Amino acid sequence: MGSRPKLLIVLDGVTVVMLLTATLLVFFYAPMERVMGAVQKVFYFHVAAGWVGMISFLVAAAAGVIHLIKKNIAWDRIGVAAIEIGLAFAMMNIITGSIWARPIWNTWWTWDPRLTTATIMVLIYFAYMMLRAGIEEPERRARFGAVYAIIGFLSVPLTFFSIRIWNTIHPVVIASGDPSATGAFDMTPAMAQVFLFSLVTFTVLYFDLLWHRVRLGILADRVEHLKLKLQS
Amino acid sequence: MDGPANTVSYFVAGYGVIFGILGIYLASLVSRWRNLSRDEKTLADLEENQ
Repeated sequence: MGSRPKLLIVLDGVTVVMLLTATLLVFFYAPMERVMGAVQKVFYFHVAAGWVGMISFLVAAAAGVIHLIKKNIAWDRIGVAAIEIGLAFAMMNIITGSIWARPIWNTWWTWDPRLTTATIMVLIYFAYMMLRAGIEEPERRARFGAVYAIIGFLSVPLTFFSIRIWNTIHPVVIASGDPSATGAFDMTPAMAQVFLFSLVTFTVLYFDLLWHRVRLGILADRVEHLKLKLQS
Repeated sequence: MDGPANTVSYFVAGYGVIFGILGIYLASLVSRWRNLSRDEKTLADLEENQ
């Protein structure tokens, strides 16, 4: 994609190697869970995708705050890039969760607090993309995007803490112990290693994608500028 | 206990979805970049001819 900066080329390479390593660790190193079997291994990338989705929405909210203070369009580019990538990962998280739930909960979907709040969160950010696309004037669009990203972020901690606030059948990964959770398991050291490596890998993957998406935004703005110049 | 449940097909489906979404997103980034680069070149040529 165009002439990439050297650091981005390095980051691309590191990301590919880490993603390949994480996949091999999940497939061949992580032990098979004794009750759930192979489907438990979906957990490693399912949680990592959810983590990246939430980090991404946090980045968008932070970019929104900075944009409102500095009035610099560059922060809007970061905001929209973060939300677009966050949506891809949040969708990944929800669909893989549903696939895991089928053999473990005996249903593809249930309106459990975690699933419900995660769905609301995704819908809020889908609405952001649609509403934003309807605003022509760049400054107004950026201001709207900033305010929306800040308010929309309220759905993120609500989703994260939903399994701790309400009674839910969704397993709690850290500090588990809720007897009503279905599909919970104790992580062995090997599982914990793969889990942590997957989290780090997805975080690196996220920043790599964010950099590419921001570059795309810069190019789109350049094209828009050229169009306006030719029209005037 | 007869050992773990046979859930390999769900495991495969899960990772298929993960790499599928990732692949589609990467393809969309590449495709948008190519289209915008082409637009930029065309507009720059038009500007030069004016």
